[in-house]
This record gives sequence, C-alpha cells and structure tokens, in this order.
Amino acid sequence: MANLISKSRNLNHFFLSSRFHLLSLLNQRSSRTPSFTTVAGGGFIRPTAKFSGHIFRPERYQSNQAGEQLSTIYYEEDGHHQNTHENQDMDFPGGKVPITPQMKFISESSEKRLPCYRVLDDDGYPIPGSIFEEVSKELAVKMYSSMVTLQTMDTIFYEAQRQGRLSFYLTTAGEEAINIASAAALSLDDFVLPQYREVGVIFWRGYPLQQIANQLFGNKFDYGKGRQMPCHHGSNELNYLTVSSPIATQIPQAAGVAYSLKMDKKEACAVVFLGDGSTSEGDFHAGLNFAAVLDAPVVFICRNNGWAISTPINEQFRSDGIASKGVAYGIRSIRVDGNDALATYSAIRAAREMAIKEQRPIIVEAMTYRVSHHSTSDDSTKYRPVEEIEHWKTAKSPISKFRKYIQRNGWWNDENESEHRGDIRKQVLQAIQAAEKVNKSSLTDLFTDVYDKLPLNLQDQEKSLRDAVKRSPKEYPSDVPI
Amino acid sequence: MSGIIGRKMATKGILNMNQLLLGSRVFASRTFSSSAKEMTVRDALNSALDEEMSADPKVFVMGEEVGEYQGAYKITKGLLDKYGPDRVLDTPITEAGFTGIGVGAAYHGLKPVIEFMTFNFSMQAIDHIINSAAKSNYMSAGQISVPIVFRGPNGAAAGVGAQHSQCYAAWFAACPGLKVLAPYSSEDARGLLKAAIRDPDPVVFLENELLYGESFPVSAEALDSSFSLPIGKAKIEREGKDVTITAFSKMVGYALQAAEILAKEGISAEVINLRSIRPLDRPTINASVRKTNRLVTLEEGFPQHGVGAEICASVVEESFEYLDAPVERISGADVPMPYAANLERMAVPQVEDIVRAAKRACYRAEKSVPMAAAA
Repeated sequence: MANLISKSRNLNHFFLSSRFHLLSLLNQRSSRTPSFTTVAGGGFIRPTAKFSGHIFRPERYQSNQAGEQLSTIYYEEDGHHQNTHENQDMDFPGGKVPITPQMKFISESSEKRLPCYRVLDDDGYPIPGSIFEEVSKELAVKMYSSMVTLQTMDTIFYEAQRQGRLSFYLTTAGEEAINIASAAALSLDDFVLPQYREVGVIFWRGYPLQQIANQLFGNKFDYGKGRQMPCHHGSNELNYLTVSSPIATQIPQAAGVAYSLKMDKKEACAVVFLGDGSTSEGDFHAGLNFAAVLDAPVVFICRNNGWAISTPINEQFRSDGIASKGVAYGIRSIRVDGNDALATYSAIRAAREMAIKEQRPIIVEAMTYRVSHHSTSDDSTKYRPVEEIEHWKTAKSPISKFRKYIQRNGWWNDENESEHRGDIRKQVLQAIQAAEKVNKSSLTDLFTDVYDKLPLNLQDQEKSLRDAVKRSPKEYPSDVPI
Repeated sequence: MSGIIGRKMATKGILNMNQLLLGSRVFASRTFSSSAKEMTVRDALNSALDEEMSADPKVFVMGEEVGEYQGAYKITKGLLDKYGPDRVLDTPITEAGFTGIGVGAAYHGLKPVIEFMTFNFSMQAIDHIINSAAKSNYMSAGQISVPIVFRGPNGAAAGVGAQHSQCYAAWFAACPGLKVLAPYSSEDARGLLKAAIRDPDPVVFLENELLYGESFPVSAEALDSSFSLPIGKAKIEREGKDVTITAFSKMVGYALQAAEILAKEGISAEVINLRSIRPLDRPTINASVRKTNRLVTLEEGFPQHGVGAEICASVVEESFEYLDAPVERISGADVPMPYAANLERMAVPQVEDIVRAAKRACYRAEKSVPMAAAA
C-alpha cells in the first residue's frame, strides 16, 4: 500500500489505464447491443430508450465533434425518436408538463386577436347564424327605453354641471348598452360592485330618477346623506355597492362578496364592473388570481372603452385586450360587442349561469367606445380627434342600432320615440328642480356613521359646533338644517 | 409581603387580587405561585379566536400561513383542523388581494379576521384599510358596515431591521372610522380581541411579537367565553401619585419595571396601559395627570406625530393648569430601525430612559440636562 501512495505518478497511470480499460469494456458492450438503430441522414449511432434518453457516447472524452453531434439531434426527423422524448411528461410542483426538445418562445401576441361575439350588425340586423338568447317584446322595449332615459338624463345632468348647478358629473355616453343589457341579464340577488360609469345598472334595478338627482345635489333625501361626490350612487336594498373613487379596489372586494355568497350557498353571484384602465392596478391581478383560487362565483365585466382619461389602451397594456388575460389566471373569458345590446345580454346571462352553477369566476370583456369626455373635468378633444368621437357617437351608437332592431320587429316606432324622449326630458328637468330646492342633510349627519355608534369625542365636537352656531347664527349656511 | 397579600385575599375578591398581583408584578417575572391561572398571550389570542369562531359562524380567519402552517406565529394553531378550510383561509402572497377580499366579504355580512404577518406588510394593503374599510360606513351613510378585524404583530421585534420593526399605532389611529387597539397582557389580548371581533366597526388590532410568549395571570372571569373588555377604556396598571406614565403594548412592561426602580427612589409612578389608541381614553389620562401633575408618554414608534404627541396635546388642552412640569415624551429614535443589536438597543426606549424622564418630570434629574436632549 505504501508503495503505491509514494509513487503518485504510477498511481495516476494505474487509474488512467483502468479508466481506459473501463471505457473499452463499455465500448465493447455498446457495440454489441442489438438495440441500436442507425439513423437515416444522421450518420451516427444513438442509443434507444433503454438508456433513458441521455447520450451514451464513450468516445465523447476524445471527440471534439460534440457540438455537431448534438445539433443533429434537434433536427431529427424520425417520428419514432421524437415520440420517445415528447410523449414523456415531467413532474413538477403543480402537475405534469409535456417536454419538448425544441426551444420555442411563445409569441407575445397570437396571430389572430380574440374574436368578438356579436349578434346585431351595424344596421341592427341579426347576423345570420348568430346564437343568442331571445328577448321578449316587453323586455326589449324596457331595455331600449331605459337606454334612451340614460342618454337623456346624462345629457341634461351634464348641462346642469356646466351651468354651475352641480359640482361634477360623468356620463355613460356610448356605453348605454353595456349598462342596461348587463343589468337586464342579472337578478336582483346578484351583488353589483360598480366602478363609476354604471348608473344605468342601479337605475334598472329601481333606483328612481329623482333619487339620482338627490344624490347629485347631496340633499337630505340622498341615501348617502350628502357625503359623496356626485355619481357615487349606492343602495343596500338594490344590492349595489356605493361607488368608491379609487380605481380597481372593487375587484378583490368582489371576490370577497362572492366568497360570502358561496358560503351562504346562494343562487347568486357577485358582478363587478371595471374599465380598461383598472386592469393596470395591482388590485386587478390580486382580485382575479384570488377569485380563481377560491372558486368564487364572480363575473368580471370589463368595459373596454379605449380610453382611461387621456391614456389610450395601447399605452395601458400590450396584451390583446382583457379577455386574453383570463387564461393567465385560469379564468374562462369572452369578448363581446358592448355596443350590441343583444350580444351583451346573452353573454352576461351565460356568464352568470356558469359562475353560479360551476362556482367559478368568468370574465366578460365588453368592447365599446367612451363617447363622453372622462367627466366634466375633462375635454377629450385635447387628446383625440373630434371626427373619431363623432363617428362612434353616430355610426356606431348602441342606441340607434337597437332602435333599428326593435322598430323592424314592430315593437317601437318614431312616435313612441319622440313621446318617450320628451317625457323623460321633462321628468329629468323636474327632478333637478325638485332636488335643488330640497334642504341638505342636517348638521347631525356630519358626525354619524363614522362608527356604528357616535363616540364620545364626536358627541363633544357636535355639541361645541352647535354652541358655535348659536353664538354666530349669521355665519351658518341657511340651507343646512340644524 | 405575603402576609399582607394573604389578608387582602381573604377580604377582597379575585379581581382585586388580580389587580394587586399585576400592580406589584415585575416584567418577565414568573415568581408568583398564585392561585390565578397563567396563560401566554399566544394562547390568549388563540382561545379568543377559537371561542368567537365557535360562537358566530360568520367569523372566519384569512391570511398568509394561517392554516396548514398553524400561523406564522402559531396564533391560529389548531383552527384549521377544528373549523376547516372554509373558515381558515390560506392566501396567496397578496396583502392587497386578501385585504380587499376581506373588506368585500365584510360588506356582504361576513366577519373576517385578517392576519398580516406583520403590520409592516399592511402598507401593501393600506388603501383597502383606509379608503374602503375605514370610510365606507360614513360614505354610504350607514348602509355598508365593515365588521372586519385586522390583526398581527406590530412594532419592533428583535433584530429584524427597518422593514419589520415599525410601529403603526399613530398612522392608523389618525384615521376616523377605524378603531385601534393595543393589548399588553393575556387578559387584554383575550378581552380586546373578542370585543374587536364583535364590534361592527373596522378594528386594527396591534399585537407584539415579543409578547406572544409572555405568560400573565388570568382571572376566572377572563377565561369565560363571554368575556370582553370595553373598547376605549384604559387600565391603571399601577397606581401612583407623583408622575403618570402612559404606555401601550410591550412598553407597559417596561414602564412597570421603571416604576419599581422609581419607587425605590421615592417616586411613586402611576402606569396607565392605554389598551385603546383610538378612541383614546382621554378622561382617564387627564384624571391621572390632574392627580399626579406630571406626565411621561412612552411608545416604541417614531416621535413625530406619534401617540405621545396626541396625548400631550390632549393634556395641554384639558389639564394645562394641573401640569407642574413640561410633558416628557419618550419614543423610538427618529431613524429607520437599524439591525445591529447595539444600534437597535439605542433606537428603542429602555427602562433607564423611562426612569430618567420620570425624574426629569419630577425635577429630580441627577445632572441638569438640556430640554431638547433625547432620553
């Protein structure tokens, strides 16, 4: 033993020779194996599956042609060989994944964009072969007249802001079909979490025109007791969450509401509205991911209207809209023409059905165009061409399209139209005048609802405010009751 | 000493004995072999959650690692096995996500208890806590209530660095619509957590990682499942007549230690355990200051706009004539928490700092110290 150690050179030689000996043994073994197949065009020998797919090349130690040999494998045409690699799955956390020896990056965009489901063409004719849920005359007329009401009241309220009678307003111009058709497709038990451009939904559910005016003026009849900006409607009774200004916060909250409905085993779902811009918020990702993981019955209705104030969608995201994001979260999705009342109605009916029966989230991307400025604080002609706005306002109007459809069915005529428009106009003007005259909420409502019960410090503050009012009554506004 | 306790035990009820024990207890001392049961803060929180979940099927727990892992700090141990995955939800890593979901569930009538692994991570969900949870009841004029509890460890632990050590009491307590609680003992933990879960308003429940393992005696009343403590009431942990020291969470223990040291030097300190940061128990604090005429506020968090600043303002506004000395404010150093142990020690208040400040308030400082010097 000692002899061997001291003579290191000899030792190395000993090992080297034994290695070569081993190699030659292996070499012999390999050349004798009958399972080798020569490959046409390959020009060298490859082991079969018996060797678990790795290349057994004893000559590799000597070869300097490894690169060539390897590259030959990648362009291997032999189907038999491909199967032995590609029919195998790899086990990873999360399940099996098929393997491929091809290094292929998935393209950032598909060749074709996701198709948009549509029932009525631009002239209001049902597209031949289109599948949709039939709508009765009563429902169609109710939907249409509600869309007209929505458009009329938006116009008048907007003008009222311009006249200085309201501090703020935002309209649903161009999105009347999304508002009304989606509302019509839901049941009152479905809990709605709006963004802020969905007053048509709460209106459909029974929130009166006068109540809309009351909220805008923040008078004492406002359910919100004058605490919120105009257009921040809400009603417990109608299952419509009070509008909250920060964008996208309602998205994970919708998953929470859906979870609550799931726990109660109710035949209802949560329905959350969001704009194209909101999909950039972190809350969008968290909400969708979570809803999928929780199997929450929630329908995400994205109003893709092309603009987030002045940000067009190509500056908002680089994906193919929002429906294409569904697969990333494991959520079933559809893209629908949001200016087509029938298509929107059918799609949301189906989405709701799936969400409740299968207890899963669904995404409905409603394509449309924001005809209106973002709000009364915006002038969109500054960042987009007037012609573009006009085009969508007239040629692509969801109201005109649906009107053509119902008139052709004999359910509506020009006389109905002018009568209805005149009627609504009068009602809205009256509502404004009435709401303007009503007193604001009383001083007490400054302090209530911060907590469930009025805490001591607020009781003290209210008392000192009342004392201050008594001391200087002239400085106190006359339309705020004490 | 034991003779006195024995006589008092004979003449007064269990609660008073508890008061006595707590009043003379030294922080981290377990030398009492009293007949009162002892319970760690961890067990107190766990039992409170268990009892409230059992009593009300709408209560559910959600957070990272609360289920299978039994809780990052084992506060939710055993709950998954007992109540199942429908009521104890492990979440993906998204504070914004699970806080938003909790708020949504609360909007619709459930009672979520959301755990943040530490309140430092609640910053990733602050919009949901402030803009949604805190303000919804007001903005909806009472239509939408948010009976949610946000709980988790708050403030400094040991050697966890800047992003794991901030105290958020002052931040959350600034916001109307929220209630903010900070328990100290096991009885505080049980009573306040139960009250928080039952409360229809959103509550931020600030625990302390280093207190989880601490044992405190609990009375039989506190062990009952219907027990709860009122929100907005502070507790006088130790009565005194020379100087008032206000504290919350871990600092209560430090204040009690300081009180022991001060007692030996003839200064009788009254230690107030705030328990509730919002609403702040101003009447109790002011009554105490009117008795002692001197105030030392103590907190672990950053000095500017801290809890001590609010207490000082309240006392100046309501009891100015009763103050015999300027208010002493002890807080953490105005730096992000350093990691190195020696630096960390200097960045948080220590018992010696409290003793020195109390002496300054009593004009008994050993050396004349300039007013603006830090403790």
